[in-house]
Amino acid sequence: MNLRNIGLVFKKDVKSYFGSFIAYAVIAIFMAATGYLFFNLLASFSILSFQAQANPMVAKQYNLLNVNETVVRPLFGNISIVMLLMLPLLTMKLLADEKKSGTMELLLTYPVRDAEVVIGKFLACYTVFVAMLLSTISYPLLLINLGEPEVVPILTGYAGLFLLGAAFISLGIFTSSLTENQIIAGSLSISILFFFWLMSYSTMFVSAAFGQIISYLAINEHLESLAKGVVDTEDIIYFVIFTVLFLFLTLRSLESKRWR
Amino acid sequence: MIEVENLTKSYGSHLGIDGITFSAQKGETIGFLGPNGAGKTTTMRILTCFFPATSGKAVVAGYDCFENSFEVRKRIGYLPESVPLYRDMVVDDYLAFVAGVKGVESKAVKQTVTRTMGDCGLDAVVGRPIGELSKGYRQRVGLAQALVNDPEILILDEPTNGLDPRQIKEIRKLITELAGQRTIVLSTHILPEVSMVCERVVIINKGKLVVVDKPDNLTANLRDSSRLFLRITGDLDQIAKALGEIKGVRKVESTPAANGCNEFVVEMARGADGEQSILPVVVSNNWQLNEMRAVETSLEDVFIQLVTEEDSA
Ligand SMILES: Nc1ncnc2c1ncn2[C@@H]1O[C@H](COP(=O)(O)OP(=O)(O)O)[C@@H](O)[C@H]1O
Ligand SMILES: [Mg+2]
Repeated sequence: MNLRNIGLVFKKDVKSYFGSFIAYAVIAIFMAATGYLFFNLLASFSILSFQAQANPMVAKQYNLLNVNETVVRPLFGNISIVMLLMLPLLTMKLLADEKKSGTMELLLTYPVRDAEVVIGKFLACYTVFVAMLLSTISYPLLLINLGEPEVVPILTGYAGLFLLGAAFISLGIFTSSLTENQIIAGSLSISILFFFWLMSYSTMFVSAAFGQIISYLAINEHLESLAKGVVDTEDIIYFVIFTVLFLFLTLRSLESKRWR
Repeated sequence: MIEVENLTKSYGSHLGIDGITFSAQKGETIGFLGPNGAGKTTTMRILTCFFPATSGKAVVAGYDCFENSFEVRKRIGYLPESVPLYRDMVVDDYLAFVAGVKGVESKAVKQTVTRTMGDCGLDAVVGRPIGELSKGYRQRVGLAQALVNDPEILILDEPTNGLDPRQIKEIRKLITELAGQRTIVLSTHILPEVSMVCERVVIINKGKLVVVDKPDNLTANLRDSSRLFLRITGDLDQIAKALGEIKGVRKVESTPAANGCNEFVVEMARGADGEQSILPVVVSNNWQLNEMRAVETSLEDVFIQLVTEEDSA
């Protein structure tokens, strides 16, 4: 593995993201969507707070006056849904486009290893994602300014989102390696991500043992505990394995193309 | 430099190439000639380690393309048929990227890029995005990326395809200039290109090797027939018929021309003296002979002949 090659592929793809305005467009939509969702949460929280002031029974009834419970945790849930919809837009072109335009043929005949290409591209996309996620940092800062939320769940929640992003991007690169068509790559990764997301709803219909397996596989279950401030190595391992697994499958997919 | 032995590539049940064998010495320019679908691109993709052969052996610069593909890839420059480039990248950045991944030292990248751009006639497009360039300039950028690591071996897949006549001339000139000590494998389906640029020609058709030889030899070997060009004033059909009846004439092609002065190409069997047998016929018929000369067998004829022979075999 040659770090310089990874760096060169990384630099090329970061430039391509920011040169073609894809990155700006995706970040802008992401900011608009998360901003809208955040202010909705905030508004309903303040309405509830006023009601609670007027009538302490409401507060007792709903136990909703904790900022972490009413705003922070749902915020992380909302951000992760927007990520699920937006990250495939960033990943879909990474390999599909190179295959379609034929540049892949040149790239694979340069003295570069497939793994260097895949990791360089992963990091380039991750960089755009980091910029995207950092744009949301003003929301918790605003909360800290206005009230007194617990800080630890905010930090672990962000850690969870950073891990979640890596998993999404890895899957997106994998689907992008399967086809020359960006749209197919994008839709496929959104579908697979939804599948991993919605899986947890079926736990109640199956046997307990099977249900446990499903809830371990479901991606959102692992984010939820981090958003609560609970750091469980099991969750971290889940995201790491998810990411590494799909990067590995991407390499296999590139290799199998050579044999056809 | 390049050794190819019994190379076969199957796409499913269909054979892209079937038992190709040839070699190229250091410094040689080899022309790969064949119609579309002959297997030129397939062979080149194996040589450049884009994909492995199904069977057979390909050794480039002393390394096996399959077992030591990394070493091979360090030593080649490749220009694929479609000239794939990153359209949103600036020429200089693109070449710097390629130089980097091809192992040019960081410190030397800038200088290497400048030199290569100069060599390839790209000085006028410094700082321009590749997508904005004309086809001719894109072809030069394609050549530049192949050359940027100063490779021992250049593999160019139809480098003049899709260019206008002036650009074709320029690119051919550039290739000849850049050849130097390099071994070049160049594919084409344009026949004159081979005799212009290449020292040896490998003709393939439908995945099979037809012949490997020097362009000159091919022409000489095929002189088992000779052709004469004639311009005769008189009735076209009558003349054509009479010429066709002469002993030793295999074929007559006739073209009507202005003021009754028709053109004929007569193909004679080897050994038959065309001039000696045609002249009396013309004289006895009282036709006016305006011109008579031998037609050099062109590589084009060689090609058509070889390919049709292969077909009927
Ligand atoms: N990726 C592919 N899948 C299936 N068949 C292919 C593929 N590439 C080429 N072929 C077939 O292999 C043969 C040789 O093609 P190619 O090497 O591209 O010829 P050329 O470059 O001489 O035009 C053709 O019959 C073509 O249809
Ligand atoms: Mg071809």
